[in-house]
Amino acid sequence: MSEHNEIDRVSGRSTTGHEWDGIKELNTPLPRWWVLTFYATIIWAIGYWVVYPAWPLVSGYTTGLFQYSTRASVATDLADLEKLRGEKMAVLGNASLADIEKDPALLALARARGRTVFADNCAPCHGSGGAGTKGYPNLNDDDWLWGGSLDQIMQTIQFGARSGHAKTHEGQMLAFGRDGVLKKDEIVTVANYVRSLSGLSTAPKFDPAAGKKLFTENCTSCHGDNGKGNPELGAPNLTDQIWLYGSDEETLVETITNGRAGVMPAWVGRLDPVTVKALAVYVHSLGGGK
Amino acid sequence: MNKPVSPDELITDEDGPLYAPRKKVFPQSVSGRFRSIKWRLMAVCLGVYYLLPFVRWHRGLGAPDQAVLIDFPNRRFYFFFIELWPQEIYYFTGLLVLAALALFLMNALGGRIWCGYLCPQTVWTDLFYAVERLVEGDRRAQMKADAGPMTAKRAGRRALKHAIWLMIAWWTGGAWVLYFADAPTLVRDLATFQAPAIAYVWIAMLTASTYLLAGYMREQVCVYMCPWPRIQAALTDEWALNVTYKYDRGEPRCSVKKAFDIRSLGEKAGDCIDCNQCVAVCPTGIDIRDGAQLGCIQCGLCIDACDAVMTKVSRETGLIGYDNDINVQRRVAGKQEIFKPVRARTVVYASLITVVCAVMLYALMSRTLLDVNVLHDRNPIAVRLSDGAIRNGYTLRFLNKRGFDRVIAIDVDGPADAKLHVIGADSVTPDRPMIVLGRDTTTELRVLVTAPFDEKAEKSVPVTFRVTDIGLGEIASATDHFVLP
Repeated sequence: MSEHNEIDRVSGRSTTGHEWDGIKELNTPLPRWWVLTFYATIIWAIGYWVVYPAWPLVSGYTTGLFQYSTRASVATDLADLEKLRGEKMAVLGNASLADIEKDPALLALARARGRTVFADNCAPCHGSGGAGTKGYPNLNDDDWLWGGSLDQIMQTIQFGARSGHAKTHEGQMLAFGRDGVLKKDEIVTVANYVRSLSGLSTAPKFDPAAGKKLFTENCTSCHGDNGKGNPELGAPNLTDQIWLYGSDEETLVETITNGRAGVMPAWVGRLDPVTVKALAVYVHSLGGGK
Repeated sequence: MNKPVSPDELITDEDGPLYAPRKKVFPQSVSGRFRSIKWRLMAVCLGVYYLLPFVRWHRGLGAPDQAVLIDFPNRRFYFFFIELWPQEIYYFTGLLVLAALALFLMNALGGRIWCGYLCPQTVWTDLFYAVERLVEGDRRAQMKADAGPMTAKRAGRRALKHAIWLMIAWWTGGAWVLYFADAPTLVRDLATFQAPAIAYVWIAMLTASTYLLAGYMREQVCVYMCPWPRIQAALTDEWALNVTYKYDRGEPRCSVKKAFDIRSLGEKAGDCIDCNQCVAVCPTGIDIRDGAQLGCIQCGLCIDACDAVMTKVSRETGLIGYDNDINVQRRVAGKQEIFKPVRARTVVYASLITVVCAVMLYALMSRTLLDVNVLHDRNPIAVRLSDGAIRNGYTLRFLNKRGFDRVIAIDVDGPADAKLHVIGADSVTPDRPMIVLGRDTTTELRVLVTAPFDEKAEKSVPVTFRVTDIGLGEIASATDHFVLP
């Protein structure tokens, strides 16, 4: 490289002729193995361009000799995985809901499958742990609007509530205020009465007798004579401590005035039957249903 | 402090480059006390390594019948009567600590016993040397052939040597994989090319490494690659026995005849006749007379060589022997030699070994074959039920390390009036849930604990899950917390 022929006195080797503050640089070429390795990597890179997709073009890319595609290999892997799962899922599909909960191995499989499906599909509304939030039921407790048995849970997952599906749960909380059925002060009285059903405090000037009368006239057809609710209609139990939208007077007045009609979508067309089954088992195992 | 030096006075290093080409070592065969010890230890080490996988151990139905087996697919490790699970990997930590301490103790007592007699590198290199001498002749023949031209006869011998080396290396790699699967089955599968590809890959890798390390790298592994010579330098002391040339007795070196003349004049002559036998037999090619050095693996072969020569020239044996610095100084000063195997260092190592052994033995004896772990639900951490009660969810993992199925009952101690519900438990016994644990497996279950809400109660109460084997009465428990929302 260097045409400099100066020889370093101490080491007896030629220098590059570069000098900094009296210090001269020895001419120490790279070892041959290193240089050869470097050339080999260049040749390797050229081979790589030929064999694998490498160059981006204006409307595509060079595809390489074997049309290798990571996307295609992922698809293959996923197909293999599905095949592998197929056998296990078939066992799950053939077992009845009750049998699954009795067999620890099947239960574990169903819960594992259910957990992932729940996270993908249900968590946006019900929360990642199924703890719910205002308007979206907590799936860990023992209060189930449409029933908490395995079959009932599966029914709800399949067809939803007010989802528009032919077999969906129907049930409407009427808008007593908006539709002019009850007046403002009557609504406040009913709200206080409902609070008293579950042992909550009532407003000072609240008249229990008037409340009971209004409740009997307007609410018992759905919520029952004693306010215990009716899973057939999705009518909540008003005597317990669980309130989907809240139990304070203001919220109750809002509920009675405008009604409530939360929607749970039907999953029957979106998830395959075995997955729905696994999901039902998983949800049931969250709180053991009722 | 330092006085400035003018550039002309600077001393330049005239040693040349830092790299020196390797000098080929042709160790000569030798016989004697240490050689025979080495042969015997080699036989024991190799015998154990090659044959151990074939030792059977009956464990009952469904469990492997191999005495020593590392079962990766099922995540079990079998060592005779011990069966270890992955979470018990700390036993291996104990074993490693023990191995390190044993190495320290050995070193404090007799120097690099490990290097000279037991290290795999030494054992296999020694074996390869033996093969080499068998095929290509002893030191002289080899050196002569090495200096001369390549003849057909020589090429044939070399080919034979490499073939035998490769066979040993291949057998070494083959024995290794037998520790990871049922040995007789794997041998059959390997022979019929039915074995998993990974087995062949490992055999190939270990064949290559054995062949290269024992056949080509030899003493260079000890000198350049192995960290132990560096570490042991920090562990040794003036009391440790090392292979030592007793220079106080050997120097000045002179021929037998000259020594005879000097002695006849009544003066002292050195015993070393400078025959170089100690250098010729050394597997690492060093001169022990240069004193303690990194390359010395203290195998004692030079002792055998020197003793043979000393006997021949009618001098006392032991010119080279296991000795320490203290005794050299004492002899020079005309004092009695002393050896002190019991001293602070060895006592500390020995007691540490005893302590670790005792701890491990206790842990092994008291280890439970039924275990339970608990994991509290994080989301939601607590649930309020319709009647106001509080419920916490947990995941319990049961470990049944016995070789048979068993029925366990689950009890809970926690907040007052706590009720337990196990999802998937037999509904016949709702008050005391029972489940069947499969043999040698883990079982995971979800359990719910419900307790009435008490406003005055603390936010968090310990809760203990107790697992009882109905048949054997074995008990295991795990503790977590019951929390209020």
